[in-house]
Amino acid sequence: MTTTPESANSQTGNGSGVAPSKKSEHLLSLRGIAKHFGAVQALKHVDLDIPAGKVTALIGDNGAGKSTLIKTISGIWAPTAGDVFWNGEQVKVHTPGDASALGISTVYQDLALCDNLDIVQNMYLGHEETRGITLDEIAMELNTKKVLKDLSVSTVKSVRQLVGSLSGGQRQAVAVARAVMRDTQLVIMDEPTAALGVSQTHQVLELIKNLSDRGIAVIVISHNLTDVFKVADRLAVMHLGTLVSSGDISQYDTTSAVELITTGESKGAPSSLASSH
Amino acid sequence: MSKTSPDSTEATPRFTVGDLFKRLRTGNSGLIPILVGLAALVAYFDIRSHVFLSAANVTNLFIQATVFILLGMAEIWLLLLGEIDLSIGFVAGIGASTAVILVDNKYHWPVLVVLPLALAVTTLIGILHGTLVIRLRLPSFVVTLAGQLGWAGVLIFLIDHQGTGGVVSLHEKVLADLVNGNLTPMWTWIVSVGSVLLAAIFMIRGQAKRRAAGLESTPMAIVALKIGSLVIAALVLVLIFNTDRATFIVLHGMPFAIPIDIFILLAGSFILNKTKAGRYIYAIGGNSEAVRRAGVNVNRYRLLAFALAGLTAGIAGLLYASRLGGISDGIDGGTLVLYAVAAAVIGGTSLFGGRGKMIHAVIGGVIIATIYNGMALIGMSAATQYIATALVLLAAVTIDSVARRGNGTTR
Ligand SMILES: Nc1ncnc2c1ncn2[C@@H]1O[C@H](COP(=O)(O)OP(=O)(O)OP(=O)(O)O)[C@@H](O)[C@H]1O
Ligand SMILES: [Mg+2]
Repeated sequence: MTTTPESANSQTGNGSGVAPSKKSEHLLSLRGIAKHFGAVQALKHVDLDIPAGKVTALIGDNGAGKSTLIKTISGIWAPTAGDVFWNGEQVKVHTPGDASALGISTVYQDLALCDNLDIVQNMYLGHEETRGITLDEIAMELNTKKVLKDLSVSTVKSVRQLVGSLSGGQRQAVAVARAVMRDTQLVIMDEPTAALGVSQTHQVLELIKNLSDRGIAVIVISHNLTDVFKVADRLAVMHLGTLVSSGDISQYDTTSAVELITTGESKGAPSSLASSH
Repeated sequence: MSKTSPDSTEATPRFTVGDLFKRLRTGNSGLIPILVGLAALVAYFDIRSHVFLSAANVTNLFIQATVFILLGMAEIWLLLLGEIDLSIGFVAGIGASTAVILVDNKYHWPVLVVLPLALAVTTLIGILHGTLVIRLRLPSFVVTLAGQLGWAGVLIFLIDHQGTGGVVSLHEKVLADLVNGNLTPMWTWIVSVGSVLLAAIFMIRGQAKRRAAGLESTPMAIVALKIGSLVIAALVLVLIFNTDRATFIVLHGMPFAIPIDIFILLAGSFILNKTKAGRYIYAIGGNSEAVRRAGVNVNRYRLLAFALAGLTAGIAGLLYASRLGGISDGIDGGTLVLYAVAAAVIGGTSLFGGRGKMIHAVIGGVIIATIYNGMALIGMSAATQYIATALVLLAAVTIDSVARRGNGTTR
């Protein structure tokens, strides 16, 4: 998982060759990340730094490549090119297991739930509690109830309900709860509030703030700029597969954000890392 | 078994016809409708034939059901993943012929070596199917359709090579007794009382643990009802098995096939319900990409299911050879696989993956054996038997697909 001697020396790769400046300043750094699907170039050249304990909002138009980028960070697939650094050390995140071992957990846009399993089984999928070789259902059920209660998810009747029978918002709440349940250092959420009602959206935004208060970094994708400006410490804007701008949230306002989303440029807005170096 | 809160329908002792339809639609109907169907079949055959419910015939029916049950369980490992094995009848046949040829005929290998060896062969066949499906990304029905022809060929080759005219008969005692031997009436009691007692302790303890942890548990009345029906079922079976069912000699006791079925049922259910492997097999059938994203090595568990299907098919093959008293090059693996899938689906396992239980093969297998046995008794033609089984299967698949629609709002 951590750096092997060769990979440390060959970090130039196809990336921009600019290694992250200081160690441990950034939790996660991406350099020159590209991803092709056959002829489709979903990510062209993405440089991005994610500081620890901060909320970074990733915004951009439909098809800009946001989901593709976070799937790359989560190990859904290996990038076509580029380097990933974790606490300043180069790492390979080629499988979901790699990402999870680093301490990255993700709420996917499609939620990645199994409809035929109940809430408890989904919450613990891949991380089941066991006693010897048998599953410890009671421990898992108790903790699931606790986690859902902490998140004020009170609308589900029973945690043994099949996820397929839940409403869209309840499913999303389960997916979010699953991602924040375990100890992680980086939580990635792809449109976590898209299906949520007013109070549940509020809950998730509170949760995001709460995570960053506890020193956990958050990347959140959202199309709702009001929410973005409410919770984010930093902003990163994608346009047609490139990261066109990133910086402190105070350097943006709604107008410049909208401009960046739609045209990829805006006067006075911070440029992306790539062009600043 | 059920872990729903006390206020949900599942935990209420009374339920209405409306409830039943709702449960049918959402695939949570449990085993009740299917057991009602079985009871109707039994009543019908009992009226039409006075021997149908005789001790001898019921025992025979269970022996007939054994092969359907075991092949159904083999198939369930794959159906849960959303895969299928169309060659399972011939895989069983290869297990059977490996055992019969080596243990008898000219080789006379010790039976304790031969039985595990035969099972290893069928397990490897399962692994081969799984590897082709996983590595080459081929649909399992295509791989195993090829398997149906291929293994049929291997089977004929193996048997015809013995130079015994396309049939190898079985004389070795242990293998022959797998089906034809019986427990003594005393052991029949011991095994039955023991199994029921174990099941009761398991149920009560499970619920007690949940109560102790402050979780909703099934009301004691329901648990008692379940245990009560188990006791009655076991009692009826013991009385039937322990009745002398021969005319000139004394023949009684539970056929060995029954404890073998029970053991495989328990082992399979344990893996599916209590271990990570079982959890992942269900999850892969539900949404394999979600399982992969959860960091699970999906292919490892798919391969495991293929291996377990091969192993279970091998056990079915051994019992099949035992019942037939040998193995011939004409075994109809193609029909066997249909009965295997039918047993699983009639019992309530989904063809679309992610939903099913080992017990489904037991109930489906008994239903098929009942149709098979009862129709033969009342002198119905093979044609009618096929058509009746087809209708039952069609009904089961319809329920399955309706249930899927009732559940699947998001897929
Ligand atoms: N698996 C794939 N195969 C082929 N093309 C893909 C794949 N995944 C994404 N793409 C393409 O990559 C581009 C970026 O898609 P992506 O899902 O990352 O957009 P997004 O920014 O998340 O959009 P949205 O806001 O609509 O979720 C799109 O043009 C899409 O068609
Ligand atoms: Mg997206």
